[in-house]
Amino acid sequence: MARKTHVQTQINGDSVEFLCEARQSLLEVLRDELQLTGAKEGCNNGNCGACSVILDGRLVNSCLVLGVETGGKVVETVEGLAAPDRLHPIQDAFLENAALQCGICTPGFLMSAKALLDNNPNPTEPEVRYWLAGNLCRCTGYDKIVRAVLDAAAAM
Amino acid sequence: MRSFEFFEPTTLAEASRLFAQEHAQLLAGGTDLVIGMKALTETPQSVISLQKIAGLAGITTDADGGVSIGVMTRVRDVELSEEIRNGYTALAEGAAEIGSIQIRNLATLGGNIAHASPAADTVAALLALDAQVDIASADGERSVPIHALFTGPGQTILTAGEIMTRFRLPSPASGSHYIKHKIREVMDLAFIGVAAAVDMDNGTITGARIGLAAVAPTPIRATEAEELLAGKSLTDAILAEAGEAAAAACSPISDLRCSAEHRREMVDVLTRRTVREAVARAHA
Amino acid sequence: MPEKKEYKVIGTRPIRHDGVDKVTGRALYGADFHTAGLLHGRVLRSPHAHARILSIDTSRAEAYPGVKAIVTAKDLPDAADKVADLGEGAVHLKYLCDNILASDKALYKGHAIAAVAATNAHIAEEACALIDVAYEVLPPVLEVRQAMEPAAPLLHETLKTGSLGETAEEPSNVASHLQHKKGDIEAGFAEADVIIEREFVTGTVHQGYIEPHNATALYNPDGQLTVWCSTQGAFTVREQLTEILQYPISKIKVVPMEIGGGFGGKINVYVEPVAALLAKKTGKPVKVLMNRADVFEGTGPTPASFIRVKMGATKDGKLTAAQTHLAFEAGAYPGSPVGAGAMCIFAPYDIANVLIDGYDVVVNKPKSAPYRAPGATNAAFGSETVIDELAKELNIDALEFRIMNGAKEGVKRADGPVFPRIGFIESVEAAKQHPHYTSPNGKKHHGRGVASGFWFNIGLASSVSISVNPDGTINLVEGSTDIGGTRASIAMQAAEVLGIPAESVNPSVVDTNSVGYTAVTGGSRTTFATGYAAYEAAQDVKRQLIARAAKLWEVDEEDVQFADGEFSCINGKEAQLSFHDLSARLGETGGPVVGSAAVNPPGAGGAFATHIVDLEVDEDTGKVQILRYTATQDAGKAIHPSYVEGQIQGGVVQGIGWALNEEYIYNAEGTMTNASFLDYRIPTCLDLPMIDTVIVEVPNPGHPYGVRGVGEVPIVPPPAAIANAIYDAIGIRMTELPMSPDRMLKAMGKI
Repeated sequence: MARKTHVQTQINGDSVEFLCEARQSLLEVLRDELQLTGAKEGCNNGNCGACSVILDGRLVNSCLVLGVETGGKVVETVEGLAAPDRLHPIQDAFLENAALQCGICTPGFLMSAKALLDNNPNPTEPEVRYWLAGNLCRCTGYDKIVRAVLDAAAAM
Repeated sequence: MRSFEFFEPTTLAEASRLFAQEHAQLLAGGTDLVIGMKALTETPQSVISLQKIAGLAGITTDADGGVSIGVMTRVRDVELSEEIRNGYTALAEGAAEIGSIQIRNLATLGGNIAHASPAADTVAALLALDAQVDIASADGERSVPIHALFTGPGQTILTAGEIMTRFRLPSPASGSHYIKHKIREVMDLAFIGVAAAVDMDNGTITGARIGLAAVAPTPIRATEAEELLAGKSLTDAILAEAGEAAAAACSPISDLRCSAEHRREMVDVLTRRTVREAVARAHA
Repeated sequence: MPEKKEYKVIGTRPIRHDGVDKVTGRALYGADFHTAGLLHGRVLRSPHAHARILSIDTSRAEAYPGVKAIVTAKDLPDAADKVADLGEGAVHLKYLCDNILASDKALYKGHAIAAVAATNAHIAEEACALIDVAYEVLPPVLEVRQAMEPAAPLLHETLKTGSLGETAEEPSNVASHLQHKKGDIEAGFAEADVIIEREFVTGTVHQGYIEPHNATALYNPDGQLTVWCSTQGAFTVREQLTEILQYPISKIKVVPMEIGGGFGGKINVYVEPVAALLAKKTGKPVKVLMNRADVFEGTGPTPASFIRVKMGATKDGKLTAAQTHLAFEAGAYPGSPVGAGAMCIFAPYDIANVLIDGYDVVVNKPKSAPYRAPGATNAAFGSETVIDELAKELNIDALEFRIMNGAKEGVKRADGPVFPRIGFIESVEAAKQHPHYTSPNGKKHHGRGVASGFWFNIGLASSVSISVNPDGTINLVEGSTDIGGTRASIAMQAAEVLGIPAESVNPSVVDTNSVGYTAVTGGSRTTFATGYAAYEAAQDVKRQLIARAAKLWEVDEEDVQFADGEFSCINGKEAQLSFHDLSARLGETGGPVVGSAAVNPPGAGGAFATHIVDLEVDEDTGKVQILRYTATQDAGKAIHPSYVEGQIQGGVVQGIGWALNEEYIYNAEGTMTNASFLDYRIPTCLDLPMIDTVIVEVPNPGHPYGVRGVGEVPIVPPPAAIANAIYDAIGIRMTELPMSPDRMLKAMGKI
């Protein structure tokens, strides 16, 4: 069994410690070590965006970050999006617009949309498409997803 | 993925010493190396992260009017830098062509170049913008022009323990532009990439540099086309000549993305388009 | 015939019941399943497209620290000469088993050879590399026309062509030949003034769901096998497991986890039996996950095809004859969707003389699996392009030409069925009147194209039970896995019957021990058939509640009426109770009320779609950009219009990907060189415009609310519509998919 490293991070506002092998990605750590299975593995090489999380304020593919690289960093995942008593406006907009079908890509899209709206509260449709282009959805044709993000921006 | 030892040195000297050992790989953004390790095309025994070494990231203005870009600068920061967008537009455009925002927030300019893919999205622009590459090792520092860096697909002149530290760009050209030929708007590898930078004086092209990606075993300059353009004003005829000369400079392969003939034809088309746009920007 | 009436719930757009779970990351998909003591499995796959397996030596891998078990085809029961019945006709058990773990031959690159269970997935992967397999490499056959040549390398030495009831003497890669005939084809062409005959080639494409296949299995010491997986049908997984493992069906429980897309590709099992074998050997739960390359190389794509279409029409625009030769790649084992393609190809049109020949051909590629209207998209690329060419030749508007020849109620399809009330003409009319079609289209290099499509839809069995809660809500138990909002569309049908809001239904998708048999979420059947079962189960609840009200009021059941959520007495006695208030009084009237229904409705009702696309061709680079897209479709009755629109939009975009850039690219050795989401390019949102939809509602007489399946037909028209628009833009007929820049430049003579 390969040696494990102790890593301390902040995830969704909580200080979190974990042990991981150097070869475990942040995605594996989240899913297998911390049971935060909201981030999904769709391709495991940065081409689908289903594993998107926000790392130190930047949207990244968690499958391309090693767990051992995240010491001292701040991680935001889909599990941290809603407040205790209400959904985040982006989550509400996805539900109201029927912007998900199977839902496997949804956590990644929500994190990309959050990163966009954190950067640009009033995006245009082309800006929304530009920001979401790293997230693949095979069910919806993207129409309702783009509308949901525009609606969320208007609501926020 | 195979097991490996992970190192996070805090000095270049330490990194260079670790990197000089057998089966060692540098980790910058991870968007090539981590994918390669997962696919088992890369099986390093030690991985040396450059993340904790101070001074390797950032864009600074140089005394000569140019800029320096540290190797650990994320390509998303290159894409968004006002200084790069204004003065070195082709590079900002090349950076913006890499993968997705998620990828660009991880990928570094140094990694994009060190991977030495002939199809790298920033390399055509760095060639056209005449970048100089600073390299450090335990034996000291050296600097080479970027066109002298590559020796083959995935191969560079870097020797054991040598680490690129920054790219230095001379003061801006009058106008520059990069076009990537691809199928999807984003999330695609370049079928080919063409960057052009022109210096203009009173409607005359005083100098032109053209960088080509994914058309030969290494990224190349289209020097014959550059010479054709120098001293001329822009006409369809001269553009056509330059396009043909650039296409003739290529030795493309047929692969899963497209055929060699397709690549050669596109070098012609896109050289004309990039030069035209670079000149238009110079006038703007 | 369903009545045209106002509905309270149907046609509204409530929030889906599983929505909050899915936007908070709480919904558990197959790969999210975790249990104590879990081991991780990994499958070793063939590096060769065609090879005889001489020996497999697992000793080095077994000795590797952390490895708990290794399985190969030897661990599967002896399948020789057995026949499996999966409810859709007899299948050679050997084919079924060999696709799970190859026994004598590897028939495609990526074919599963062995599997390892270990303490983590990395160790399992390392151990796979320590399994020594000796292969005798054989030449692969990778293209359908090549495979049909008499001298082609044979995949199966015992496979002989079944043709119209006869079996050939000599082995062949052609598994079967089917034929549909109507009228007199020669006479039909003799009547025609214009005849167009063209050949078409389509590439191998993948369903491309974002979630890779997964399965976790546990064998209890009492012999109970439990499998947690992402599937379109828990019961079909159970059927396949019982056949492949030769294990009693009553000892297998399949728990459907949430599923991350399927489109037909998650009906066949792949890793489920492997996980079961590893679980049996280790006595521990074992989870087996595919990676993306495994998905491309080891699971069902939809086949490449070669299609010849010949159609004739009189000069006043009457189609007189249509003939086609459809040759589809089945992949490594028989079973391409050529039959479905043959059923659909000319179905939108009323043509007196038709001859259809279809060939199911094995090649060294993964065994094909259904993909959204399987076979119909390939076929329509040919027929709808020829229709366009005929209309142009006759100088008739392309939509008008379709209306002139469109199939209606009473028309007999070449494969036999007679159409009940259908909405083809209505879908074309909707397109013709749409502002998109009537807007100007004249810019240079811009083109507009149209195409139509048909999918027959299926019925099959579904079961639902409903229990009434004391607060006036209901719990609805169903067996249809929810890939795209069907909890909502099923719940809404029950709510409509009972006069309660959609939010008062708690739908649950449960395991195979907990609900009656329910066929797959596929064939556009779920809202139709499981919705039908929900309707009937709600009717059962209604009947029981009427009895309860009668008991309370001490009247006859016939004297109780139920309307708009209120029970009332109609024999003069003043008595009224809402569904809510009566629900609170079940205890005093005899106890719980549970309604149930099991249905197998025959009248699925076909679906038709007509699409309009505007695009721009860059004549220098060969790139095609979609500028505007409008899809009209007969949905019968849209239960939840948002999810109907979503099905249309999703199908259109899959069709656009198929048309413009998706394909398996093979090298000469038969290795797929683009087995990743980087080089197998499904469209991103930046490549697309909004997709406009028009839902046409011509109620299906076979469903109480008029529902027709909507999921599949939207993928059928796009490739032909886009090819027709490219012709409009640059005057070149594209006959090969995908219409990539490389093919475009070649067609334009630029390279």
